[in-house]
Amino acid sequence: MNIILIILKRIFTVTFIQKAVTQGIPMLFGASGEIMTERSGNLNLGIPGIMYMGGVGGLVGAFIYEQSVATPNGWIGVLCALIVSILFSLAGGLIYSILTITLRVNQNVSGLALTTFGVGFGNFLGGSLSRISGTAGQVSVYVTGMTFRTKIPFLSDHLGIVSDILFSYGFLTYLSIILAVFLTWFLFKTRRGLNLRAVGEDPAAADAAGINVIRYKYVATCTGSIISGLGGLYFVMEYLGGTWQNNGFGDRGWLAVALVILALWKPARAIWGSILFGGLYILFAYIPFGEAAQEIFKMLPYVVTIIVLVLSSVRNSKENQAPKSLGLSYFREDR
Amino acid sequence: MAAESLKKEPMVRIAKRSDISRRKAWFIRAVAILLALIVCGIFVYALTATNPIKVYAGMINGAIGTQRRTWNTLRDTMILLSVSLAITPAFKMRFWNIGAEGQILVGGIATAAVMRYMGDSVPTAVLFIVMIISSIIAGLVWGIIPAYFKAKYNTNETLFTLMMNYIATQLTAYFSIVWEAVKGSGTIGTINQKTKAGWISTSFMSNIFGSFNYSINVIIVLILTVAIYIYLSKTKQGYEIAVVGESENTARYAGINVKKVILRTMAISGALCGFTGFLLVSGSSHTISVNTAGGRGFTAIVVSWLAKFNPFVMALISFMLVFLDNGAVQIASEFGLNESAAEVITGVILFFLIGCEFFINYRVIFRGKHEEA
Repeated sequence: MNIILIILKRIFTVTFIQKAVTQGIPMLFGASGEIMTERSGNLNLGIPGIMYMGGVGGLVGAFIYEQSVATPNGWIGVLCALIVSILFSLAGGLIYSILTITLRVNQNVSGLALTTFGVGFGNFLGGSLSRISGTAGQVSVYVTGMTFRTKIPFLSDHLGIVSDILFSYGFLTYLSIILAVFLTWFLFKTRRGLNLRAVGEDPAAADAAGINVIRYKYVATCTGSIISGLGGLYFVMEYLGGTWQNNGFGDRGWLAVALVILALWKPARAIWGSILFGGLYILFAYIPFGEAAQEIFKMLPYVVTIIVLVLSSVRNSKENQAPKSLGLSYFREDR
Repeated sequence: MAAESLKKEPMVRIAKRSDISRRKAWFIRAVAILLALIVCGIFVYALTATNPIKVYAGMINGAIGTQRRTWNTLRDTMILLSVSLAITPAFKMRFWNIGAEGQILVGGIATAAVMRYMGDSVPTAVLFIVMIISSIIAGLVWGIIPAYFKAKYNTNETLFTLMMNYIATQLTAYFSIVWEAVKGSGTIGTINQKTKAGWISTSFMSNIFGSFNYSINVIIVLILTVAIYIYLSKTKQGYEIAVVGESENTARYAGINVKKVILRTMAISGALCGFTGFLLVSGSSHTISVNTAGGRGFTAIVVSWLAKFNPFVMALISFMLVFLDNGAVQIASEFGLNESAAEVITGVILFFLIGCEFFINYRVIFRGKHEEA
């Protein structure tokens, strides 16, 4: 019993919550983007790769800007990072869309190839940048990275513990939450959201109802990729402070895909889900059973996902299922 | 007809090919590979400003330049082929086993455990039998868990097997610490370095293959290739897999026990993945780490799909991918590129190969060109 008390004592601290949030935000971006994509019937397993691409894109944008001026302005750096990050993620999304929607290739195969490519692309550019910069160490866009970490003035230091828990993060954190809420509203309260869900459930019926299935699939998949890519950007800028670590992003991209299941395909649910996953992701460091046991505790997020997956299939309720046509390409001529 | 022709035809339209001659299909694939190589050439040229032909020469040199490199390329080909063969039965059943990575790792852990604990105490033949059996059982268990839930509750197997990968990865990380060679290193190091107990011999028939070879690996996997071919296309069980893959309802009406077929096929798939883990640990790396599977479980999906489940085509595609990969590693070091350049090049080639399947399955008809459908 004592040991549980010790662990609980370690967990119920402000720093643990802050760390859980920091770990969770990239997954929230990734999951929001993937939900948007999956709602159109596309299971994009390329998301982990796209997140690498978005991350390295931000680094490239900020790097070029910071190298080209003598005294870089942080906010212009942020803008450059955002633009290039979005362009890179969009490129990833387009590759996937062209392969699966226009060329009608199998989605899992395309997605896995995209992940191979994206991870390699990220590590390649991230590693090469430091060589180009001529510095011996890692590439660094310090000014931009620090600007990404800018906290909200006043709110972040005048409210005591509330400031620490709620307002101690950079703007991308709040953007991720706003996006998740907005996407939920979009999917469930607007006409276009309804159309999009119809495309994911039954594209043939949607097509018959006059919805442009191809366009919806393209827009949803590309927007989803851009949103997911922001998760990579968050990791590179706010978490790492504007530098690159080879394979540093690790398996968070796959966790984002797992989070979609936990959130039952509803972005707003991914908010608390991401913080839970973030907490589970770092919980191992708070377990006092030695290094080997910590590795076992790192399984937690995956085990939880499997349990959710199994439970939701056992209960088999209609509302909480994956979109019906998920993973299937749509050919009008094939009906 | 007259009223219709007043309206403009669409610019292009797409029609499914009823069938395509084998020669034409391979021609399309060859064009795709050529295009991919040109794109990669431009990519490397833009970064290093070296003559692309020199780059490709470097690639060939890296893959088969010396006898040692050729054997390494063959060894890696056999591993990739073995994983591809392993996932194919499940894949043909439309069961998305993307958990090969994890099934390989648990097979590898089982092999490593036997090597460590029994390596010095039992005769070689017994040792190998125990290693093979335990690796097969480990992979089988890892594969059959998601299959059980798929058969019973229709749980999504893509995501289930994906998650099982990471549980296996953490299990490997756990044993890496428990068995670590030097305290604090977190790596196991080469197992049985002195005695080489449990290592697949690399000097088999050295008068034919040279003093250092992986001929046993090659022979085992080639036998496996033929076996899978026969299993899938000549046996009743293979036929059942194909029927379940085409339509579960049809299979049910035909009196096939779908659940049994799912469980049996995934047991085979997982077992073969576990066996691949044995080949990796005993026949190539002699150690195990979280990177032992190295993404092969994912690449194998692409291989199996591109080959349309034909084991012999898989051998060809595996060889090509490993050839390109090992070649790319060489040019990366030769021209001072980042080592991840290989993954980028592999990725680009995969995109082209995947994309060209469209042109094999469909015809693109431009406006004004009237064809009989």
